[in-house]
Amino acid sequence: MAVPAYRGTNNLQSLRTPNTSRATLWRSKQPQFDSSHNLPEYLEAYQSASPPLASPVTLGVFSLIIINKAGGLIYQREFQAGLRNLSTNDYLVLAGTFHGVHAITRSITPKIPISQPAPFPATSSTGTTVPAASGYSYPNPGVPVSGLDYLETDKFRMTCFQTLTGTKFLLFTDPLTGHVDTIIQKIYELYADYVMKNPFYQIEMPVRCEAFDRHLGAWLRGRT
Amino acid sequence: MSSTKTSRIGEETRVDKVNAELVTLTYGTIVAQLCQDYDGNYQDVNKQLDKMGYNIGMRLIEDFLAKSGVGRCANFRETADMIAKVGFKIFLNVTPTVTNWTSDNSQFSLIFEDNPLADFVELPDDGRAQDELWFSNILCGVLRGSLEMVNTPVQMQIEAHFVSDVLRGDDTTEMRVSLVRYIEDEMPPEEE
Repeated sequence: MAVPAYRGTNNLQSLRTPNTSRATLWRSKQPQFDSSHNLPEYLEAYQSASPPLASPVTLGVFSLIIINKAGGLIYQREFQAGLRNLSTNDYLVLAGTFHGVHAITRSITPKIPISQPAPFPATSSTGTTVPAASGYSYPNPGVPVSGLDYLETDKFRMTCFQTLTGTKFLLFTDPLTGHVDTIIQKIYELYADYVMKNPFYQIEMPVRCEAFDRHLGAWLRGRT
Repeated sequence: MSSTKTSRIGEETRVDKVNAELVTLTYGTIVAQLCQDYDGNYQDVNKQLDKMGYNIGMRLIEDFLAKSGVGRCANFRETADMIAKVGFKIFLNVTPTVTNWTSDNSQFSLIFEDNPLADFVELPDDGRAQDELWFSNILCGVLRGSLEMVNTPVQMQIEAHFVSDVLRGDDTTEMRVSLVRYIEDEMPPEEE
């Protein structure tokens, strides 16, 4: 099972989350079983206990994977020592597998019967004529189905950010790391600048851009 | 997304600026060189400019999405607004007018009051350039390339061409943009 290892712990164990209150969970942006968007208890405790953060916490970023729209691995980098080494082949398999899993999570996003009062007033005024073949619709039709958004274990948090062009950024962080969205957004900007704008980078091909590596590393270390 | 909100994104998205004259001169030089290379075959020059634009668009779209932070458009009308008020605003600091919609909302025109690419330009006086060369044809390619790259959840295939240009002595500079089709099974919800 090609899950990135974390400091020598057994992958499967960390996915199983043995006997702690910390749940393994994944969420997508569609509100589903609970829309209250509540954090796990321990995270809430952490957030309320810590002072407001002045700048994004870049500490605790383990590794980054970029997957192109066809599911191919185009970039992979580790930011911390002590991660178990995966072979290039394992990473390729991981990227491909995740691409599939992501597509599946997008299609299994639950729908609710549209006869029920819609939780959001976003259905059209002629509600009965909505041509949903199955008679079901997403709880919030205004929000596109995003698929897996993040997966959290007590050892790491894997955040997936899919751009509108279909490229996926997979960031592995410490579960306590805050502002992951900000970090990913910044990585996307660096990617747009130093990868896409490099005229000699071939689109959809593996990223070998030294300037991207440099800026990414420097930014994650907290120096511009 | 409301139209005013779209305008605000266009205004507020911060991008690094370069001297406009440099861009104008660079672009002018490229077109002039192409005209020379193709020996005054303006059809080929148009085609080449479109192709160059296409390659730019495929890259530029990531910059657009990363810097503007906009979400997906619900329909083609929103896309048009986004192109005019955010895209052109960020990259060329102009806001073309979106108009002349067809009744099925699949074609619209962009009217450029101001076109930074064409400042200082006079088309060659060889009796053909005025009728055959679309000087700013690169923009058509940019739109085609960038919209084709957006594919979550649907990919757009569009066609864009200029129908008039003040450089040719027309009253306006107008680009016609047509949605050819959405690629993929899932269609975005139609407006109305």
